[in-house]
Amino acid sequence: MTHDVYAGPGEKPADHTYFPQGGDWEDIVAEQGERGDETIVINMGPSHPSTHGVLRLMLELDGETVTSIRPGLGFLHTGIEKNIEFKTWTQAVTYVTRMDYVAPLFNEAVFCMATERLLGIEDDIPERAQVIRVLVMELNRIASHLVAMGTGALEIGSTTVMSIGFREREMILDFLEDLTGLRMNHAYIRPGGVANDLPEGGLDHLREVIKWLHKHLPEYASFCNENPIFLARMKDIARIDLSGSMMLGVTGPRMRATGYDWDLRKTQPYCGYETYDFDVVSWTGDDAYGAFRIRQAECWESLKIVEQCLERLEKSQGEPIMVADKKIAWPAQLSVGTDGQGNSNEHIKHIMTGSMEALIHHFKIVTEGFNVPVGQAYVAIESPKGELGCHVVSDGGPRPYRAHMRDPGFHHIQTIPYMCEGGMMSDVVVALASIDPVLGGVDR
Amino acid sequence: MTDPNLPETSAEAQSHPAPVFATKEGMWSRGSGDTSGYGGLTRELSMPGQATPPFDDDQADSVYNRALEVLPGFGDFKVLYHNKELTVYVPREHLREVARTFRDDPFLRFEVIMSISGVHYPHETGAELHSVYHLLSYTHNRRVRLEVTCPDDDPHIPSVVDTYPMADYDERETWDMFGIIYDGHPALTRILMPDDWHGHPQRKDYPLGGIDIEYKGAYVPAPDNRRDYS
Repeated sequence: MTHDVYAGPGEKPADHTYFPQGGDWEDIVAEQGERGDETIVINMGPSHPSTHGVLRLMLELDGETVTSIRPGLGFLHTGIEKNIEFKTWTQAVTYVTRMDYVAPLFNEAVFCMATERLLGIEDDIPERAQVIRVLVMELNRIASHLVAMGTGALEIGSTTVMSIGFREREMILDFLEDLTGLRMNHAYIRPGGVANDLPEGGLDHLREVIKWLHKHLPEYASFCNENPIFLARMKDIARIDLSGSMMLGVTGPRMRATGYDWDLRKTQPYCGYETYDFDVVSWTGDDAYGAFRIRQAECWESLKIVEQCLERLEKSQGEPIMVADKKIAWPAQLSVGTDGQGNSNEHIKHIMTGSMEALIHHFKIVTEGFNVPVGQAYVAIESPKGELGCHVVSDGGPRPYRAHMRDPGFHHIQTIPYMCEGGMMSDVVVALASIDPVLGGVDR
Repeated sequence: MTDPNLPETSAEAQSHPAPVFATKEGMWSRGSGDTSGYGGLTRELSMPGQATPPFDDDQADSVYNRALEVLPGFGDFKVLYHNKELTVYVPREHLREVARTFRDDPFLRFEVIMSISGVHYPHETGAELHSVYHLLSYTHNRRVRLEVTCPDDDPHIPSVVDTYPMADYDERETWDMFGIIYDGHPALTRILMPDDWHGHPQRKDYPLGGIDIEYKGAYVPAPDNRRDYS
């Protein structure tokens, strides 16, 4: 017990203040034993390993029971939506990919699809570009679910699931690095198509990844599904039923854990998802365990889609990956030079020695960008977390007039009081992990 | 436009129902002795789309026709149909009633507001601030957009949180970023910016900030001061 150093001048000091560097804990415990009131106010985060990033939770506890919990957001607000109002539509992709950084390709895809709707070129995107988009999104979905399962399991003390989760994710990120140049924050999908085609040996690399996942994905089921500790910590914990989900804007695995098989890939297909053979996974029980099982099963469904993409990519080699309209298509094809940088020698030769007009065009489209007709659009896709929406407004210029991302995590955080109040303190992290928020997307 | 050499605004453009939200001039020679004529080009921007039904789209038509039946006064609301998306411009005094009907009517049944975003149109006098609601109906698998405006000097829009509880954080964010006050919201506080922040960062009159960067003796201006091609 110490003098309250936090009280401002003239402010009534709190009756007790404790510091982490200690004091005589036995005295403190003995003194607390005498007290009748048990309410403790705890500030958890914003830098706490179990808050999945910089999320702050303010808890009031009565013993170990949570009587009140309020999330505090905004610690990772980076003003992405404001920033891209000063960038071209293509440059903006580099920004939006940093929102939900565990599933960056979904941010890119939804933003580009919204842009394409305004441009009126939704039906002109080449087939191969669509297949590559589906491929990278589904690989990314597996990677994101692996992080969700791994960190969720880590929160209840299972370090193994976390390590193997990151091991598998690394295989996927290796492939994405090979394809896009970066492990995360790819800026790979662009309005009109994708930045470049698969590298040499890309399909073989993809086959290896598929083989690896087939070998290792079953481990999650054998580690977790019937594990008594896992069941005790996850089953009937953090419940939210269908009406609760709808009331609070919950989508994705948490909503499918109520038994409702809503998946935008099936209900409102985009990028040709209606032509792939896969199932929507749902579960019953309304709890964290159901969400876990759904993520696990969705990895398998995604793998099924990835295999179908592989088949289609084998057949469509050499086909275009960018829209034919040169007024929109960025000079896309890149190659790795001796210096490790990625300019296409042929393209450089063409603009530097071949055609003056091509040079002007290259310069104009890269610095100025292309104009997008006046209008607004809202496009939504099924990200690993739920409905990821993008509302864009254009004033006819080469920059977005306004872009807003509907990140599923932002709405999921609203459910924290609903799921946690009245429950145990130890279940708070389980509830949080079950909604899988990524604060980059929540705060944007 | 009094210059006889310039084309008149077409009758179609004049009768367009959507308000002009910005006026653009030719990007060259503003204020200089330009003789090409490009400097005199003026474009008035308004949201495109079809304003009168039928829209030849089953989903949009059925939403529109059902709303006409169950909502008195709906016929006076402006609507725009563009890119297969239906936008209904709801006067703010009708928002609560419209929201409740859109949620509760079995043939409309928009269970959730998926997203609310603010948009600031500083040149749309009397309706500078827009609050845009994206509704989704799980039952009928369709979407609709509601758009509500309010003037800058009276930035009040009724809250829809009592009808759509999921709008809680969205309205807080839009208040935080645009300064739209949602009357009736249970706790309209800042959510992304710090509690003691001044101003609403995503309004167009709020600067982006940033500093000029020196490179080999020359300065690259901050992003919001660079050349604008729009």
